[in-house]
Amino acid sequence: MKILVCITQVPDTTTRISFTGNAFNAAGVQFIINPYDEIALTRALELKETLGGSVTAITVGKPDTEANLRKALAIGADDAIRVNADATDAYFVAAQIADVAKKNGYELVLAGKESIDYNGSEVGSMIAAMLDVPFVGMASRLVVEGEKVTLDREIEGGKEILESTLPLVASAQKGMAEPRIPNMRGIMSARTKPLQVLEPAAADALTAVISYEMPPAKAACKMVPADNPALLIELLHNEAKVI
Amino acid sequence: MSKDKFQAPDYYLLDELLTEEHKLIRDSAREWVKREVSPIIEEACQKAEFPKHLLKGLASVGAFGPYIPVEYGGGGLDQISYGLIMQELERGDSGIRSTASVQSSLVMYPIYTYGSEEQRMKYLPKLATGEWMGCFGLTEPDHGSDPGGMTTNIKKQGDHYVLNGAKMWISNSPFADIAVVWAKDEEGIIRGLVVERGMKGFTTPETHNKWSLRASSTGELVFDNVIIPAENIFPNVKGLKGPLGCLNSARYGIAWGAIGAAMDCYDSALRYSKERIQFGRPIAGFQLTQKKLAEMITEITKAQLMVWRLGVLKNENRATPAQISMAKRNSVNTALQIAREARQIHGGMGITGEYPIMRHMMNLESVITYEGTHDIHLLITGMDITGENAFS
Repeated sequence: MKILVCITQVPDTTTRISFTGNAFNAAGVQFIINPYDEIALTRALELKETLGGSVTAITVGKPDTEANLRKALAIGADDAIRVNADATDAYFVAAQIADVAKKNGYELVLAGKESIDYNGSEVGSMIAAMLDVPFVGMASRLVVEGEKVTLDREIEGGKEILESTLPLVASAQKGMAEPRIPNMRGIMSARTKPLQVLEPAAADALTAVISYEMPPAKAACKMVPADNPALLIELLHNEAKVI
Repeated sequence: MSKDKFQAPDYYLLDELLTEEHKLIRDSAREWVKREVSPIIEEACQKAEFPKHLLKGLASVGAFGPYIPVEYGGGGLDQISYGLIMQELERGDSGIRSTASVQSSLVMYPIYTYGSEEQRMKYLPKLATGEWMGCFGLTEPDHGSDPGGMTTNIKKQGDHYVLNGAKMWISNSPFADIAVVWAKDEEGIIRGLVVERGMKGFTTPETHNKWSLRASSTGELVFDNVIIPAENIFPNVKGLKGPLGCLNSARYGIAWGAIGAAMDCYDSALRYSKERIQFGRPIAGFQLTQKKLAEMITEITKAQLMVWRLGVLKNENRATPAQISMAKRNSVNTALQIAREARQIHGGMGITGEYPIMRHMMNLESVITYEGTHDIHLLITGMDITGENAFS
């Protein structure tokens, strides 16, 4: 089975986020593979190990994203594709990945349920729409038997179990697989695995970020003596206005 | 132990001196330590048990012979990669790093450097995967800093040798499958050889009741008329330069490793100082705490720069034994001082297993002594700069 895994890089979770003017300040920021994409990649590798086939990692980004593509190769992807363009918005990114998927006939396209920076949750479903194939988002389990694909999705108070067919686009959330740490053999073999750079297909970005705002600073903590519940109620009622 | 929240200090942006592959190797080892070592290491130390289940993972992250060529099962990586792996392992625990150091520098290195092609092919691939573990026998009860005085000996008898003597303070010995042993021949020349578990007269009693490196297994090697086939003798080295070559490689790894322990102590102390409120504000705001923390990060940064430069020299085969001695001595001493200062910042909590400080501090008391003591390394520097030998 030919599997395409969408990889995006995001700031490390310990990064202090700051902006210079209206631009994200990337100086000194360490970028990592989006954790949900790592889950998708790991499940793709598991499927390849049991069913055979190949796993291709794809990203839309400039050369500075190649280190994380190499990491995807070190984790076990067979080859990688970088579409040489800034990832301007979800539509543009989806158009690039759909274009590659169409030309190469992938049976399964996997993405993370969202990137942990912009949290858009859009790219996967857009790719599916562009390819005119089914989409299942936020899957915590994905099993392939022949042409049949069974997926679990967490829903309020439980989970639903869905069935679909290949070709399919799905997005992964926690539970689908346990991300793997690259081992030394993988890192060594990643040196020589193919990493193809493609120029972007014609597509417009449909959205643009106008501005960024930091969340309001945390207010000072007000301590209420334990023996004065009346004061607590009064503050919750009149000041916080939550009761 | 509480959750591992480690964030590596990089005050001078030294990551920019590393290649993407270096960073991938380092980050993979770091992630592995967070996932596999940190959750179990405190209990392993408290119980004085070597976590043997980690061996497979250690092999996987490249801790066993990363710089040994690929055709012998090694990683074919450079010396900076080796250093970075040691740094991350010791960030977890010096005992875990010690196991890896011994396997790489004291067992695989001499087999690769001094061994025959047959010895390389027989041992190295299995040592690289951790299927076989090795140990290194040089130190004796009466000969530590003075290994040239060793009494362990081999005598030729027909087509084999007979080995007698005893070694002590041997990391990995209780479970090792093979031992690289240094012994004098009948002419008093030091020779290296491989002793295999199961050879008659070879035993490895464990050393108990250590207050340091408790998650590492230490023991003795006792040889009572052990028959050693001639093909187990290293053909390509004679004299003290054999074991000293191994120690150079191991000391280089320790120079990187000890900084890992220092980084962990600093990181823990910095976080604790921001969270711990006394006199109505975080203790990080007090000048005496800031002095401790500022001194720590200064010393860590200096040591990081030193080992990086040493790594560059070693990659070019230009690092001298004296330069390696200086870095080993500096890194370990720096780490030990930082552990002590970090313990102060943690107050009473610093002595508990909730934090890694006391474990690192006790471990480092071994690290500052093994592979050349703090004082001996100073004398090596002294001899190097003056040309005068102060050892005897």
